[in-house]
Amino acid sequence: MKPRGRGILACIFAPYHSIFIDMPQIQIPSPLRQYSGKQASVDVPGNTVGEALAGLVSQHPELKRHLYTDDGKLRAFVNVYVNDEDMRYLQKEATALKDGDTISIVPSIAGGC
Amino acid sequence: MATLSETKLPETKPETVLSNDEILRYSRHLIMPEVGMEGQLKLKAAKVLCIGAGGLGSPLALYLTAAGVGTLGIVDFDVVDYTNLQRQIIHSTADVGRKKLDSAADKLKAINPFINLRTFDTKLTSANALDLFREFDMVADGTDNFPTRYLVNDACVLTGKPNVYGSIFRFEGQASVFATENGPCYRCLYPEPPPPGLVPSCAEGGVLGILPGLVGVIQATEAIKLILGQGDPLIGRLLLVDALGMKFRELKLRKNPECPACGTHRTITKLIDYDQFCGIRGVEAAPATGGGLSEISVEELKKKLDNKEDIFVLDVREPHEYQICNINGYLIPLGDLPKRVGELDSSREIVAHCKMGGRSAKAVAFLQQAGFTKVHNLTGGITAWAERVDPKMPKY
Repeated sequence: MKPRGRGILACIFAPYHSIFIDMPQIQIPSPLRQYSGKQASVDVPGNTVGEALAGLVSQHPELKRHLYTDDGKLRAFVNVYVNDEDMRYLQKEATALKDGDTISIVPSIAGGC
Repeated sequence: MATLSETKLPETKPETVLSNDEILRYSRHLIMPEVGMEGQLKLKAAKVLCIGAGGLGSPLALYLTAAGVGTLGIVDFDVVDYTNLQRQIIHSTADVGRKKLDSAADKLKAINPFINLRTFDTKLTSANALDLFREFDMVADGTDNFPTRYLVNDACVLTGKPNVYGSIFRFEGQASVFATENGPCYRCLYPEPPPPGLVPSCAEGGVLGILPGLVGVIQATEAIKLILGQGDPLIGRLLLVDALGMKFRELKLRKNPECPACGTHRTITKLIDYDQFCGIRGVEAAPATGGGLSEISVEELKKKLDNKEDIFVLDVREPHEYQICNINGYLIPLGDLPKRVGELDSSREIVAHCKMGGRSAKAVAFLQQAGFTKVHNLTGGITAWAERVDPKMPKY
């Protein structure tokens, strides 16, 4: 991963960039937390939404089956937001991430009982 | 974001007036400019249909009734049970065993005798939804399953009625207003439901008792705003409620031009079979037990244990469930089974159980794949044990 926009310090310490760069944070909804080591949010490197999600499922392989279909497509009942915008209306998985962006996974829930 | 002027609002009938008793009852509304006499008459003329008298339906119906919504419809076919009382505040302990509709009607009439309460003792289906919805101005969706969620959405789109939406899971909720004239619908947000079993229901996953209160009151607020034509409705916005972090976040929703229900080339022109759409076969979505799964009844297990047969009982529930009740099984939660399978002896007879039999069926299938041959699933789980073997055991 390239360090993004952090000037000379980040270049010098490029091998340790994760210490200096705000990694995108992925918010995990409660139905999926049992597959993310019970974490409510996970910091993962990635310049795009697709890279960040790939990083997430490589850290937490059990999430993969819940987020992706067998042929590798994001499931239709899982929506991914970058900040407050649906990535389907941005550049989908190719959507570029900036420092401090928050990715939210918002699956459909049906409870009401 | 869609504006209120784009939303269909109920027409105020000119002949509607408030009696002196009603004026006194609604005085705190009447002295607010945002409601006033005009708004209160709009509320009186309004007809709202609540789907479900459960967790979300309880606060919805209570507040809409108190606020003076003139005609309130409730659709429900369920009976009050003890596990409802932790959150379904319209029902009380004495109502256990009664129809939810009867229980709810008593409370609502006691709160406000001026409203016209219409109860529908039926399951909402593709056969009755359109006729039912046409008699109301808007629908408040308080159901608890995906097939009914999609049914409510499609019927709202087809009849042009706003869908005041709320749903909950554990300590998180979602709320929005769907299916207004120019706003997105539920299918714009979620074109397809999850496959059965992938997303747990409240009965499986639990729900914090206050959460339906929070989300149901948000739905009631939205319904009242739509009726009054005041404020900014949740059209084109999805409100996420996290009760544990006590955070409210808002996401943008867009009307999907390719939406099969409300897009430019609509393919859903009538209601469909929603159980089939959601992948549910038959009435009960029984966990897939597979052909080669060996089942054992609670009576058989009891007999084998009493005869001191060598049976290894494997409990695949979570530790907090084990604390509620257990049959001295060896606890390995289903999610931990792959990495802890080494703790099990494949030469022994193993009976796996969970609460109802669904998770343990998955455990048995996993163990069979891992080479275990003498592994059985306890049919009906520890709940069946509590019902038929040990009545003193608590059920949850």
